[in-house]
Amino acid sequence: MTAPSRFLFEGADWDFSTLQRIHDACEEISRSELGLDVYPNQIEVITAEQMLDAYSSVGMPLFYKHWSFGKHFAYQEAFYRKGFTGLAYEIVINSSPCISYLMEENTATMQALVIAHAAFGHNHFFKNNYLFRQWTDADGILNYLDFAKSYVAQCEERHGRLAVEQTLDAAHALMSHGIDRYPGKKKLDLRAEEKRAGKRRLHEERAFNDLWRTVPSGPAKSEALLNVERRRKLLGLPQENLLYFLEKTAPRLKPWQRELLRIVRHIAQYFYPQSQTKVMNEGTATYVHYRIMTRLHEQGRISDGNFLEFLQSHTNVVFQPDFDDQRFSGFNPYALGFAMMQDIERIVRNPDAEDREWFPEIAGTGDALAVLRNIWANYRDESFISQFLSPRLMRHMRMFHLHDDPAEIAGIRVNAIHDARGYRRLRRELARQYDVGYIDPNIEVLDVDLAGDRHLMLRHAVVKGARLSETDARRVLQHLADLWSYDVSLVEVDVTGNVLKEYVVNPRGLATAA
Amino acid sequence: MHIVDRRLNPGSKSLENRQRFLRRAKALVKNAVKKSSEGRDIKDVLEGGEVSIPLDGMDEPRFRREGGTRDMVLPGNKKFIVGDILPRSGQGRGRASKPGEGDSEDAFRFVLSRDEFVDLFLDDLELPDLAKRKLAQAEGEGIHRAGYATSGSPANISVSRTVRLALARRVALRRPRPEQIAELEAELADCDEDRRAGLIAEIAALKAKARRIPFIDPIDIRYRRFETLPKPVAQAVMFCLMDVSGSMTEHMKDLAKRFYMLLYVFLKRRYRHVEIVFIRHTDRAEEVDENTFFHGPASGGTLVSSALQAMHDIVRSRFRPADWNIYAAQASDGDNFGSDSEIAGRLLTEMILPVSQFFAYLEVGESDGNAFDMPDSSLWSLYERLRANGAPLSMRKVRDRSEIFPVFHDLFQRRGKQEKTAP
Repeated sequence: MTAPSRFLFEGADWDFSTLQRIHDACEEISRSELGLDVYPNQIEVITAEQMLDAYSSVGMPLFYKHWSFGKHFAYQEAFYRKGFTGLAYEIVINSSPCISYLMEENTATMQALVIAHAAFGHNHFFKNNYLFRQWTDADGILNYLDFAKSYVAQCEERHGRLAVEQTLDAAHALMSHGIDRYPGKKKLDLRAEEKRAGKRRLHEERAFNDLWRTVPSGPAKSEALLNVERRRKLLGLPQENLLYFLEKTAPRLKPWQRELLRIVRHIAQYFYPQSQTKVMNEGTATYVHYRIMTRLHEQGRISDGNFLEFLQSHTNVVFQPDFDDQRFSGFNPYALGFAMMQDIERIVRNPDAEDREWFPEIAGTGDALAVLRNIWANYRDESFISQFLSPRLMRHMRMFHLHDDPAEIAGIRVNAIHDARGYRRLRRELARQYDVGYIDPNIEVLDVDLAGDRHLMLRHAVVKGARLSETDARRVLQHLADLWSYDVSLVEVDVTGNVLKEYVVNPRGLATAA
Repeated sequence: MHIVDRRLNPGSKSLENRQRFLRRAKALVKNAVKKSSEGRDIKDVLEGGEVSIPLDGMDEPRFRREGGTRDMVLPGNKKFIVGDILPRSGQGRGRASKPGEGDSEDAFRFVLSRDEFVDLFLDDLELPDLAKRKLAQAEGEGIHRAGYATSGSPANISVSRTVRLALARRVALRRPRPEQIAELEAELADCDEDRRAGLIAEIAALKAKARRIPFIDPIDIRYRRFETLPKPVAQAVMFCLMDVSGSMTEHMKDLAKRFYMLLYVFLKRRYRHVEIVFIRHTDRAEEVDENTFFHGPASGGTLVSSALQAMHDIVRSRFRPADWNIYAAQASDGDNFGSDSEIAGRLLTEMILPVSQFFAYLEVGESDGNAFDMPDSSLWSLYERLRANGAPLSMRKVRDRSEIFPVFHDLFQRRGKQEKTAP
């Protein structure tokens, strides 16, 4: 560190060497004290207008063209120009190198905060969390987006803008159901396959017993039933990844349309971990920036004034309004995540009897960062909350659980509050709010009438009586039918198997591609 | 770590997406523009601005769930205990907004830029493309490229031209190339004694020559030259004359207003400074502001000559024909006192037409029925007669917005002819 002053910066002004100094100081702390493991950083300075641009292409630096992004842009712009909303201080992209966008109008303190937050907090989370490791390819994403962009442009040139737009509209409508929720089987190579076959044979030989031959087998399955089973197996049914199913089996899609579905599906999959780790991701980043900034101040590299400025922004970020506050719009992921991580730090370092009872594995082990790093790597919001939300924090945030049953005329029942009887229930219910299994409607392809009119059958398993909103469902199914190009039906079935509602949609003629 | 400064990258990356969105929402946006232009003043038509369109048809559907039993955990309990029942509406407002539902609005508001607004506004009038281009085309600023110069500002150095000249000069003066020297030096490294002295002398000579003849000489440098285009004095005044007697309905006034707007847009493109004068008349004429012009109540008979007289007076007192281009547009339902025709005709042919660039008469009617059924009104027959005698008048009967444009067709043709005859 060869800064002329002992401070990294003074006042609000910054230049590129300031950014470099801040980054280096943060890097040192994050490596030596926090033990973070990050992708190489790339920091990009952008203007407010460019930030708006980035907003409308879901934060990515490049994206294919589609009207819906223009719509979001117009919407954001109108709000921003009127001053209803400020812009984010930063956007960070899960890629390698990890790209962080910094707004040019941030003050030096804000840039330090943002670098600590995005370039180290988020970056570490992206690189280490199991969901991101499993589902995203940080090295390839930018190249893939580049490919997607030029591929869509090529398709427009070759097959007409309208046809491409219609396909993308349909794909976007199904985007939330274009995700593999479970990692697929690993494909075995031939040698491993051979080895397994050998092992199996060995086992059979060893376990051979002639007696089994004499055991009568069950009644033979009828041929029709076998056919159905065989068909379903061939089509990979039941299948909840609708886009995948269409891409592979829709009878009349052109190859380029399949590729477009694939692009949309890949992008949806790329964002899948983000939607499951909002609390953890923001919590991690907030915890990291808080630690780094505090340490920088302790080392005397940030002046008291700048540190107060930081504290003010930090407090705004982790502000959690109460449920009856005008500003309330659900739990603030920054606030909840940060509070939980601080709480974990306390439990590890300085537990009381209650903590020892609730968290015997981590209470008092002493190394808070080792525990946190393990959590960052191996949990998602749902599992994180269901295991680490402590009674003390529930009391502190004064949580309570409401149960709204439409059948109950009198009103909404308070089912649990922050007391000894309620802790586990609160924790379970809150975790469930973050469980993708409960957030997205569970819709799957049931069967296709291959022998008859090729009509595609879907099923929505209704949970807790929440049915699909009808207008939206019809529109989405219309898109689905257009892609499938034969009739599509969807039944809503409750837990006991009663059919609550059935939709049938016929395909429209899409603009035919040349 | 890398720091990249992206601020200088070309902006408006979203422009194309935005255009796609507008194209897709065209019908809706057009409607919104129409509504918005009804509500604004003529001079504001070029301002652009916020419009709001219904979300229907522009939404992006997703499978969403609604209803059913809901469970939620909320922060900030103050007084509830297990088993409390909260009433659903009113008191329990805290739970009203479920995350994710807040942003569904029934209308979608956003801001159109000036060009987008004018484009859609013109589109709504169903102008033919050629006319639209003429209208929508912003005039280039008065500066253009004009070859190269030997002096200028460093920012304007033309690198390719400079390098080309330098190359020509170096070739002409036989400046030794660096490879040539390098070759000789390589030879020098392994050669015998008697050749050595000659080589050294030769290298020294070449080097000296290379020093004498610079790579780029100040005389090579060329600058891109720009010239400013002189612009003609450009100011115009636009007279809006309108009959406001009781027989003019709101629909008629709206037609007239659209015509005035269009004329204004047209003039604004052509002239740097455009004034608008509003003259309304019954049996008396008066100059009023825009709001009174379109919305102020008035009653009385109809004397067209009064308005023409008022216009003439205003021209004489405030707008010297030598300094101003004068445009006039008159809207009326065609009623006039029979005895007034004579005076009005004389005023028009002798006083007004000689000083005007363009005089348009718009006879507005109700939107039901078609234009051919309209019997010729007294004013129409008067103007028809004048035109037959060679007076330069544009006149149309208009019942619907789409019929407004043909009047402009005349205007463009007239301009075309004038431009040809002008020196």
